Amino acid sequence: MSVSKSSLQRRKNLLQKIVFNVFRFAAFINGLALFIIIYFMIAKGWKAITWTFLTQPPVDSMTKGGILPCIVGTLCLSIGAILIAMPIGVASAIYLNEYARPGPLIRMIRLGINNLAGIPSIVFGLFGLAFFVVWLKMGVSIIAGALTLGAMTLPVVIGSTEEALRAVPDTYREASLGLGATKWQTIYRIVLPTALPGILTGTILGISRAAGETAPIMFTAAVFFTPSLPLSIFDEVMALPYHIYVLATAGTEIEATRHLQYGTSLVLIFLVLGMNLIAIIYRSRLRKRMQ
Amino acid sequence: MDKSVKIEVKHLNFYYGNFRALEDISLDCYANEVLSLIGPSGCGKSTFLRCLNRMNDLISISRVEGNILLGGLDIYDPSVDVVMLRSRIGMVFQKPNPFPKTIFENVAYGLRVNGIKDKGIIENRVEESLKLAAIWDEVKDRMHESALGLSGGQQQRLCIARALAVEPEILLMDEPCSALDPIATQKIEELIHQLKKSLTIIIVTHNMQQAARVSDITAFFYIGKLIELGKTDTIFTRPNLKQTQDYITGRFG
Repeated sequence: MSVSKSSLQRRKNLLQKIVFNVFRFAAFINGLALFIIIYFMIAKGWKAITWTFLTQPPVDSMTKGGILPCIVGTLCLSIGAILIAMPIGVASAIYLNEYARPGPLIRMIRLGINNLAGIPSIVFGLFGLAFFVVWLKMGVSIIAGALTLGAMTLPVVIGSTEEALRAVPDTYREASLGLGATKWQTIYRIVLPTALPGILTGTILGISRAAGETAPIMFTAAVFFTPSLPLSIFDEVMALPYHIYVLATAGTEIEATRHLQYGTSLVLIFLVLGMNLIAIIYRSRLRKRMQ
Repeated sequence: MDKSVKIEVKHLNFYYGNFRALEDISLDCYANEVLSLIGPSGCGKSTFLRCLNRMNDLISISRVEGNILLGGLDIYDPSVDVVMLRSRIGMVFQKPNPFPKTIFENVAYGLRVNGIKDKGIIENRVEESLKLAAIWDEVKDRMHESALGLSGGQQQRLCIARALAVEPEILLMDEPCSALDPIATQKIEELIHQLKKSLTIIIVTHNMQQAARVSDITAFFYIGKLIELGKTDTIFTRPNLKQTQDYITGRFG
């Protein structure tokens, strides 16, 4: 009896250990993937990163010089996309989560949002070309690209905003209404400030994802080469992801510019990480102020 | 002494969808008295409380029949502005729920949303309310710290101060001490004694002793019905009905 019991115990403990290590390995893979990507980018691209690279336009058919127009272009597109996606997305999420009563209309809107999230980015690119660039006559421009990226980011913003709104305890809403606040006062003064850290995090993550997209901007905003920096939102720009794509597939010297491709990738990664970092710092400061 | 009726409930029925949560409730509540609502969980006492400031309006499938008169005004009349109504009836909830703001801003909130902008008035009223809620001495040096740093009992008294700041005529309390320790509970009960000088209080409680200690009138609810209503002394010493007797002596509930 006691012997069989202890062998059962051993088997249980062994199983426990195996399962635990499988899970640990799965979690470890995440870190490993990020590490490998960043390692490769740094190993192959760090030589390209110079002051000239960051502050000059490309020269000699983009085989030398820098990528300043691409950095500026991607920043413009990202900020533009935030300015477009955030107000519309947050307003939609407030409507869906705070005002709308469940019904067929709301179900259809939600279905629409979910499907919007599933549309491939190249389709967004073609849509942007047809709608913003051609039909609305915006031309290939920052505004057309930002609108396209914004539309693509909307479902992410709506999703994370709704989640952040749902995380606000109902007792806050009740307490506010109980004091004679209107629904809008409750949303504006209590619900939104409480949800803001979550909203910002989701939005920035969505935008930084979009900042790295090539397909949506290749027909709407980005050009092969322009040495000048944009002066208005109706100017066309160079952009980091598209520049990488161009150098790696259509450049005159694909092999010779490998280090530039990796260097540009490295800049893109750090730009995105930088945006995420700003979001994280801002969020933790907001949280601290509330605690 | 003449007592004036503050709230008159006439044949109130309340439905969640097809489920009748309150059946034909009629009762009067007098000014400057404390009415306690007792009864087992799910008997409808909280639902009843939430009918009084129309907090149940938030539930889309709910429906109300009958009348609730607040000083003669039918609060479910279509012409009644529910936002105005709620500023006349304060509410304190089961779990302390201060906003994630400073102590000062928590109390000032009700004033701000009701359009008071004058800094002096707000500061005065905040101080007055905190004194009324017997928490001023504990928070006066940390007014601009987050309310979430207070203890549970302090948070609940802050919530009471927040409700008092809008100068309501009636204070609804939904099991205000159920999340608090005995000492914090005692402070809230003392507070209720003080507050009833200036307003009318309706309190839901699961604690029989609390009902006996703080209230003048007690209403016993059971499965959506008002079973017995009477002076608290009478209810707790010689109730009319056996059901009431069984509940308050702990034979069921």
